[in-house]
Amino acid sequence: MSGQTFRLAFGGRIDRSKPLNFTFNGSAYQGYAGDTLASALLANGVRLVGRSFKYHRPRGVVTAGPEEPNALVRIGRGTRALPNLPATMVELYEGLEARSINCWPSVSFDCGAIIGLFARVLPAGFYYKTFMWPRGAWMWYEKFIRSAAGLGRTPKAPDPDRYEKRFDHCDVLVVGSGAAGIAAALAAGDAGARVLLVEERAEVGGQLTFGGGIIDGTAAGAWRRLARAKLAEMPEVRVLTRTTAVGYYDHNLVTLLERITDHLPPPPAGELRQRLWKVRARQVVVATGATERALVFANNDLPGVMLASAAHRYAAQYGVRCGLRAVVFANNDSAYAAALALADAGVEIAALIDLRAEPGTHAVRGLSVRGGQAVVTARGSRHVTAADIASLDPATGRITGKIETVACDLICVSGGWDPAVHLFSQSGGRLAYDEVQHCFVPGAPAQPTHVAGAANGAFMLADCVVQGCAAGIAAARAVGFDGPVPEVAARSLLRLHPMWEIPAAGSGKKFVDQQSDVTAADLALAAREGYVSVEHAKRYTTTGMGVDQGKIGNITAFGILGNATSRSVPEVGTTTFRPPYVPVTIGALAGRDIGALFEPVRKTPVTDWHAAHGAVFEPVGLWRRPQYYSRNGEDMHTAVARECLAVRNGVGLLDASTLGKIEIRGRDALKLLNMVYTNAWDSLAIGACRYGLMLREDGMVFDDGVTARLGEHHYQMTTTSGGADGVVNWLEEWLQCEWLGWRVYVTPVTANWATLAVTGPQARTLLQQLDCDIDFAPAAFPHMAIRTGMVAGASARIARVSFTGELSYEINVPARYGLALWELLMQEGAALGITPLGTEALHVLRAEKGFIVVGHDTDGTVTPHDLGMSWIVSKTKADFLGMRGLQRSDSARAGRKQLVGLLTADAQTVLVEGSQVIRPQDAPRIHTPPVPMIGHVTSSYMSPKLGHSIAMALIEDGRRRMNEDVAVVVHGRVVSARIVEPRFYDINGERLNG
Amino acid sequence: MRNDAEFTPGGEAHIARPDPHRATDDEWGKYLYFRQNRKGLQLERWFHAHGCRRWFNVARDSVTHEITAAYKMGDLPPADSA
Repeated sequence: MSGQTFRLAFGGRIDRSKPLNFTFNGSAYQGYAGDTLASALLANGVRLVGRSFKYHRPRGVVTAGPEEPNALVRIGRGTRALPNLPATMVELYEGLEARSINCWPSVSFDCGAIIGLFARVLPAGFYYKTFMWPRGAWMWYEKFIRSAAGLGRTPKAPDPDRYEKRFDHCDVLVVGSGAAGIAAALAAGDAGARVLLVEERAEVGGQLTFGGGIIDGTAAGAWRRLARAKLAEMPEVRVLTRTTAVGYYDHNLVTLLERITDHLPPPPAGELRQRLWKVRARQVVVATGATERALVFANNDLPGVMLASAAHRYAAQYGVRCGLRAVVFANNDSAYAAALALADAGVEIAALIDLRAEPGTHAVRGLSVRGGQAVVTARGSRHVTAADIASLDPATGRITGKIETVACDLICVSGGWDPAVHLFSQSGGRLAYDEVQHCFVPGAPAQPTHVAGAANGAFMLADCVVQGCAAGIAAARAVGFDGPVPEVAARSLLRLHPMWEIPAAGSGKKFVDQQSDVTAADLALAAREGYVSVEHAKRYTTTGMGVDQGKIGNITAFGILGNATSRSVPEVGTTTFRPPYVPVTIGALAGRDIGALFEPVRKTPVTDWHAAHGAVFEPVGLWRRPQYYSRNGEDMHTAVARECLAVRNGVGLLDASTLGKIEIRGRDALKLLNMVYTNAWDSLAIGACRYGLMLREDGMVFDDGVTARLGEHHYQMTTTSGGADGVVNWLEEWLQCEWLGWRVYVTPVTANWATLAVTGPQARTLLQQLDCDIDFAPAAFPHMAIRTGMVAGASARIARVSFTGELSYEINVPARYGLALWELLMQEGAALGITPLGTEALHVLRAEKGFIVVGHDTDGTVTPHDLGMSWIVSKTKADFLGMRGLQRSDSARAGRKQLVGLLTADAQTVLVEGSQVIRPQDAPRIHTPPVPMIGHVTSSYMSPKLGHSIAMALIEDGRRRMNEDVAVVVHGRVVSARIVEPRFYDINGERLNG
Repeated sequence: MRNDAEFTPGGEAHIARPDPHRATDDEWGKYLYFRQNRKGLQLERWFHAHGCRRWFNVARDSVTHEITAAYKMGDLPPADSA
């Protein structure tokens, strides 16, 4: 440990009595409470903090804020590690562990740097070019590029920390607590408005925390403390620190990311780490400040080149000098104050180079100011050792005279200031170009939005306070509070000489976007290749596409693009500002909606019994249904075969409680059924059941089920398990929007009833053993009938309907009796060998019968006629939903895919569902596409009863191809099969009518 | 102000279902698939899915998302929002 050799003896807002130990890339260092990781590293003389994305060039800290392009680190270890954090915003804590991202094996010896030697073969749009030419090049490059590129690594295991979301409301949301934000919050709070003030750093104050200046005759630091105390006394004002406004959406919805424990040593797992706020504000004041712009000259990415404002902040806030001898290079006055602050911190100012022919009028206290000059090259291999300085011809901007080399270890640059218009722009507000200050400023707002201070292009402290105050009052007045209308004086302007690219005096890359490794030459190349639109050039060069979104270089990129295409910056325009303003953890976006809370799990009364008896569950909508029950470690195949045979030979028991159930009552109930189903319902007697298909208005099948008539105007409809909610919504939509005044109620009752299906040749025998007042004799209770009565003390609706093809009864009892009845049936049925069956066995049994499953054998493009179910489409009804759709030319044309059965030539080969079906003559050429496909497999199972694989498929003109052979492509292999009727077992239905 | 997550959009309002016996394929296709998708004021159907479960109409600006009127199913739109 070499110690904090760049730390000043005094000054700054750090606490030298509280040293903190931390590691960076495995080496131990010490900093102080109040440091960021970046300031502590700089204090320790660590200047090389990362490697660049594409060329793996050495990089150092450039900024002191969220705009940092280079110093990206991974903080923490294991499952709690966070990648890609800017070291400039990471608050130091005892024991902090940080690693550079994107450098392997180490930051100082980086294998990827060899890529830099091949930079000529990595031009702008490199990836896109390899896609196009040479043929196959991308396949070769991809592996290499993917391992070399990419920022950071995400942990592989679940995050143990807790994140949450919170909704909030306020009259005035003030984003940013610099001079403008504080003034706005004070003014709005004074007027009585409910104010929320958010600050992304640890303390309110923005530049007031270190920058000096006088406000209303008070020193800025003292004014900040007074204002903070005053805000704390206002009951309606809340202040959130370490909170960044990341997105601005419609209706003044602003999202905030609050970092609660990230500045502390990791607390026990399960503590709240971050909170995502969703704030609806009646008015928003954007006081987000401005970001200093870098300057583009040769080797401007060398460690030791940094923003002047950042060097100023490191000296004044953190007591760190970023070098011993500095060259300050600027095109505006703001860097003069930074130069003075550096001089105060003991940094020797070798020269203050001003691009402007007439340098600024700012007090310079004897510093040597050289106008009309530029730093043209930064010299050094791993760090700045000198600056090459040249005079520029005021007329042409070209280099004149000799190059002078000035030894230095720090080059502070200021290319002007860009208002942080990100949130304003996200809100829909238009931007305007300020021709004097050469930056985009907010124009007309699209929402109740006010902008104040540097974010509004007012860069002087006094103007910030005046604008903030005015914005706060305007916002409060807009929501009904009174306040004195302030006088707004004209703001002072920052005089600026824009030069988007400094002329070159030799070789050396000029970086515009350091994080994405985009140079001025890349942008010029993109323009030459025709990428004139700013949005195209951005994507082609990737400028501004890193996690920093190119905050310090975007406007410069637009300027260079403009130079290359003879357009001004406003003519080029800006790319779209999209949320989030800074990266947001997926944890914060997910909040508590993870794991078991990701979505609700619906349970039937019997779910826990299933789990205790070996059930393997599968998701069906929000339900978890037993797929099969594994006995003594059986695999799925064995268990399903056992369950199927039990149903065919004895009796099975199925928990069908998930079946959608809808109670339909009212005088117009019959009218409703006739409209939503394809068949006619007029003749259905009380106590009888009927199967129905529902179509959308385009004629395509969307649900099916059995509906029973319980009374004169009383029906119970059943739907598919997954479709229950959709069907209820469908019925409500038609009744509320189209069929107003119909006297019918539809009530979803799925969860009110437990539905237990007893199925198999022994089903009747079992039910007749129960204490029940219903006559199960075939004549008294035929197939497709429903009876109500008492079963073992519970009122029940029993429907004799079958989805397995065997004699079946669906017993509905109030849900609270479901488990007791299930257990009773298992007990009473033991002698008959009763076997619980899961959904997989049910699927096999129904497929043996050729019964469809909507959503499995249909996909939203299938009509009843395609399914071979024309018998269920009424030809006499005046109208029903989908009737006209079925007559459209495409629905009625020949050659549509039709549902057929498939029998494989080899009885034991089970087709894979979804497999493509082709003509046998095309089978030899399946590896030379295109191969015409004539259909696909929708259902496929091994039938234990038949000892043969069975399948259903949708095949073009399928019914006309009956008994033809086809080829099915399964995992690149061809399987022969024959088209048959889609019914494999008990074709005449004798078993279910028995 | 209500959270938009309570509501489900139902698309353009006041689309009359043609007489299925008279409508041509073209007319039926327009009923099924063609919507104005206007930039500016639109009349739309919305469903209060996680609430009272009623369908209703709104007049909404598709640019600013401002809702200028809400009215019952079966009612005509307010005169100034047609």
